Amino acid sequence: MDIQTIRADFPLLDQEIHGHPLVYLDSAATAQKPIQVIEAVNGYYRLNNANVHRGVHTIGTRATEQYEGARDRVQQFINAKHREEIIFTRGTTTAINIVAMSYGNQNLTPDDEIVITQMEHHSNIIPWQQLSKRTGATLKYIPMEADGTISLAEVETTITSKTKIVAITHVSNVLGTINPIKEIAEIAHKHGAVLLVDGAQGVPHLKVDVQDLDCDFYAFSGHKMCAPTGIGVLYGKKSLLEAMEPVEFGGEMIDFVDLYDSTWKELPWKFEGGTPIIAGAVGLKAAIDYLEDIGLDQIALHEKELVDYGLEQIKTIEGIEVYGPTERAGLITFNLTDVHPHDTATVLDTEGIAVRAGHHCAQPLMKWLDVTATARASFYLYNTKHDVDRFIAGLKKTKEFFTNVF
Amino acid sequence: MSFNNLDSLYRQVIMDHYKNPRNHGALPENALTLEMNNPTCGDRIEVHLMIEDDLIKDVKFEGEGCSISLASASMMTEAIKGQKLENALAMSETFSKLMLGEIDELSDEDMGDAEALQGVSKFPARIKCATLAWKAMEKATNQGE
Repeated sequence: MDIQTIRADFPLLDQEIHGHPLVYLDSAATAQKPIQVIEAVNGYYRLNNANVHRGVHTIGTRATEQYEGARDRVQQFINAKHREEIIFTRGTTTAINIVAMSYGNQNLTPDDEIVITQMEHHSNIIPWQQLSKRTGATLKYIPMEADGTISLAEVETTITSKTKIVAITHVSNVLGTINPIKEIAEIAHKHGAVLLVDGAQGVPHLKVDVQDLDCDFYAFSGHKMCAPTGIGVLYGKKSLLEAMEPVEFGGEMIDFVDLYDSTWKELPWKFEGGTPIIAGAVGLKAAIDYLEDIGLDQIALHEKELVDYGLEQIKTIEGIEVYGPTERAGLITFNLTDVHPHDTATVLDTEGIAVRAGHHCAQPLMKWLDVTATARASFYLYNTKHDVDRFIAGLKKTKEFFTNVF
Repeated sequence: MSFNNLDSLYRQVIMDHYKNPRNHGALPENALTLEMNNPTCGDRIEVHLMIEDDLIKDVKFEGEGCSISLASASMMTEAIKGQKLENALAMSETFSKLMLGEIDELSDEDMGDAEALQGVSKFPARIKCATLAWKAMEKATNQGE
């Protein structure tokens, strides 16, 4: 894996911010796009743009082939058993909401339980809060260990025979915790519950095999894995999806429309109302091609090297708190003592270093950490050790600025 | 180490208000109180106002946030305390313009230390931090009417 060759594929990285070469450490928010993805979307619009599933004309056929070809590519990428188990959505949030609105509304009663964790992103909390309000089902949290992990013993005690849905993130966007999905799936299934996995931070960084994990639903976004914004995926087991009602009604998703009633298309199209995200799907396919060409295992290894190095370096700075377990995905969430993370992020920005500051759409987790906000540096395939060095130097400068200048 | 571009944002007076906030705390229960969040970043400012005959007799604030949002809240309390309500609202409007870069200095209004926040206008991501307390004050007075 040659980082300089990879970096050359990402035009955005080649720029100066406030007079310094950009160091982009916010890929957990959104990843940059390689020229291969940009060109794929560009090429689609230049040559093949038409609406899908209806054109008798040649361009329409090409657009349909590209869109459905992207579905096949996703199926293969996450090793789904059937192509119709892949539903294109706007992103992870929409995917989770479809399950909550459809599966949740159809299957939950006031006696039932929904089980989640406190490390979830808002997008894997609020749909369940709302489902709990709509159906009267109880929302429960699996307690977290002091290091920000989940113990299987706690999973065992929290999930009961009343639990109908378990929803958990594959990788925490704040702590970097990698959750034992396969084991949790087994426990959920033992109690007759289904497991939904929020894979927004999983798929971009780890090789995901949904059959091996045996999860029932897996949701992820394209934009965090080098694809455009506005495209995401809901994977669901065919038998579950078949029994689920659509949540969006309109064009594209219908079979027959009568004056007072209608019937739906088969899977996956019954969940894809309206003109689909064709260019987004084309971009997603290109991103998968790109990442698989390099190798997800290689990427994971590279990120581990960076995060281990970063953790080692950051500990040399006095007065810094780092959150999350030692074994983690490629991100470091931290706070400098007596410096608000916004101020840290602003100083780093003037050095050309982009990090995230705030609550990271995880307010319940901030509460658990007993902080109002944190700063986060996240790494991806295009980051280098030199980026980590710049980041560490920037942190030292931030500390110097706020302790000695004032 | 050079901090030139940062010095326009983090001026001494701002850091002084951040580290030693003025009018920090609560007011009696009959005061107008309004809490406002910046939902994208978790800043939270609570403004308490004691208004009599359209005059701001007292003002205090509580909350948590970055240096800019807390310093701005502290500066605001100094600027509007003892002012007529309409003056305070006019100041808020002027302050917003200053932050958005629509004006780059204040003409006749004396807004005290708040003027030192002018540098924020060059950091678009931080404008919301600076205006949070002012927006809370505006909303509190609307609520009181």
